[in-house]
Amino acid sequence: MADADPRFHVPTPPFRPGDEPDFAHLKLQKAGEAKKPAVDVAGIDTLSLATGLVGVLDHNHQAVGEWDPRLSPEVLREGLSHMVLTRIYDERMLKLQRQGKMSFYMKCTGEEAVAVAAAMALDKADMIFPSYRQQGMLFARGRNIVDMMCHCISNSRDNLKGRQLPVHYTWAEGNFFTISGNLGTQFPQAVGYAMACAYKGDERVAASWIGDGTTAEGDFHGALTLASTYRAPVILNVVNNQWAISSHQSIALGDGPTFASKGLGYGIASLRVDGNDFLAVYAATQWARERARSGAGATLIEMFTYRSDAHSTSDDPSKYRPKTESAAWPLGDPIERLKQHLIGRGEWDEKRQTKLEEEMTKLVVKSYKEAESYGTLHDGPLSPTESIFEDVYKEQDWRLKRQRQDLGV
Amino acid sequence: MAAKNMIQALNDAMDVLLSSDPDVVIFGEDAGYFGGVFKTTDTLQEKYGADRVFDTPINEAAIAAMAIGMAARGLKPIAEIQFADYIFPAFDQIVSEMSRIRYRSAGQFTSGCVVRTPWGGGIRGGQTHSMSPEAFFTHVPGVQVVVPSNPHDAKGLLIASLESGDPVIFFEPKRIYNGPYDGVPDRPLLSWAKHAKGEVPEGHYTVPLGKADIVREGEACTVVTYGTLVHVAQAAAEASGIDAEIIDLRTLVPYDIETIAKSVNKTGRVVVAHEAPRTSGFGAELAAQIQEDCFYALEAPVFRLTGWDTPYPHAHEWAYFPTRDRFVRALQTVTEA
Repeated sequence: MADADPRFHVPTPPFRPGDEPDFAHLKLQKAGEAKKPAVDVAGIDTLSLATGLVGVLDHNHQAVGEWDPRLSPEVLREGLSHMVLTRIYDERMLKLQRQGKMSFYMKCTGEEAVAVAAAMALDKADMIFPSYRQQGMLFARGRNIVDMMCHCISNSRDNLKGRQLPVHYTWAEGNFFTISGNLGTQFPQAVGYAMACAYKGDERVAASWIGDGTTAEGDFHGALTLASTYRAPVILNVVNNQWAISSHQSIALGDGPTFASKGLGYGIASLRVDGNDFLAVYAATQWARERARSGAGATLIEMFTYRSDAHSTSDDPSKYRPKTESAAWPLGDPIERLKQHLIGRGEWDEKRQTKLEEEMTKLVVKSYKEAESYGTLHDGPLSPTESIFEDVYKEQDWRLKRQRQDLGV
Repeated sequence: MAAKNMIQALNDAMDVLLSSDPDVVIFGEDAGYFGGVFKTTDTLQEKYGADRVFDTPINEAAIAAMAIGMAARGLKPIAEIQFADYIFPAFDQIVSEMSRIRYRSAGQFTSGCVVRTPWGGGIRGGQTHSMSPEAFFTHVPGVQVVVPSNPHDAKGLLIASLESGDPVIFFEPKRIYNGPYDGVPDRPLLSWAKHAKGEVPEGHYTVPLGKADIVREGEACTVVTYGTLVHVAQAAAEASGIDAEIIDLRTLVPYDIETIAKSVNKTGRVVVAHEAPRTSGFGAELAAQIQEDCFYALEAPVFRLTGWDTPYPHAHEWAYFPTRDRFVRALQTVTEA
């Protein structure tokens, strides 16, 4: 029975454990080929961009085509530095999780450009409604690393008073909205925020990120409907990293050509972008921001990338995909590609790269030492126990006061 | 001061809020140009413009999410869900998001807003236009739940709700939009003009959240209820001659335990009443808290007068609804026990 063909279509990933992965079937548009339209282009006229692939860095790591954002070496080196820090931070935090220092962790390995380049292309005043894999944005916006770690180990300095799982960061000062663990809820919220920005007449836009799997949620479609109806200054990003835990992107995509193309029916400008290409992510975000600011409305961007590591510390990807799949990914590694680009321009070298990595490792190790000095989840000190009754409402009502007394705190 | 029905009073409340605070925005399905299917937002778009009072797509989750996003940017949204029966697509946004933004961000973000929605039965609405889903929301830390029972309170409570800074689910008993109801099936509509609480003051005023109202003082037993049944309870006390003390809760979260306990300690006998089904209804919470706080004063079991554990029926609406006659029997049972 198990060998029989299913009686209805159930998508399967191209490769399972034991298969030799080869992504030649993807037939991706080459870097530099995609046209760059005016920012007020009608949504429906972005069909070729929604089904193609906006790329800037070619296979020789040269910047080519209309989408080249022509960034200075200083900006590129800054981007490289944030990406390297993100990766080293992730590695270190994973190790610490394995040592029992925190309850849970999620890396973004392979997806650093999606977060870092987008955050750098946005204005710091723009509001970010992230999912749980955009930690690179915090580095790009200058969040203190010790503070990030204090949150992850839920200690006395956790700015969320120990209320959230690790990596569910919140940073109002940096215009980084509070991360939800429920998928996709932030997408229509970002549209509401963007509408409020328009209402207030300010210069800001809102941007949000969800994964490929989450496009199946009603909130994805609600967000696109609102964004289209009210022509909201919002950038809606789908990070297609190919995998939703163990479910291949085809489970959410169905027979659709690309996730970006889902925006076309809503009349929203839609782009599929090489998410491992720092320059392409930067250029696409910059274009979408310009479009939003000009009043032309929202952009849906599919960041086409690959989740190189596990979904979280709770799954083992070798159980559902080949171990070699990540290495076979045709769009390479975002850090390596930007590094090679800078080297090609004579603006970087391997020695400087090694030095950068050493510096970042030192910074992360030193930061963790400091973070740990403020306590850990297991050994404390934590936020005061009575704080669990705070912030439910502006003021505590009689029920919470009584319950706090019941707990004896 | 002018006599107003509840729709006019709510419209007046929104008018006051819109005129006094440029951050107030109102939206919902048919809430803009048309003024809402019950006309609660009538003329407000014309008066304040299409970016302050506007129509939304039919997507309750998106409506709630929009309110959350706008509140995060400092607006004060009032979102209308066309019927309380339709609020469930928004359930995730309310339960997982709106209620917890303040908490999960440790106060860095807030989501103060009001979700207004017509609620309850007695209008021949059948199972999809008659529900009283308050207990789903009273179970959610972080939201407040309000049910007015007359035009005066409706206006003052709505203004207080938006000004509270926290999310409020505001249930509007649609059976009494146009007049109080005594719970006798098919009785012609009464008028708010002849009711003391049909007098609605001009301009800004609030009725505080968390404060119940004793609408009838009495010695024989205590009735704790809200919404339409406040009026049915009064009619039952008159019809039976039983000297019931009737408490209109007005706010379900946080409910006014002080007023309830004081009354129960005096009468020793209690009826808790709502239209919603019995099992896990808000009456269960009231009964449990009353026995915790007033156990030694109780002289009879707490009586729950509720809708049945069935969906809300159409043809047999009056067999489901806690009518005046059922209320009379409840008062008799609890006072004779």
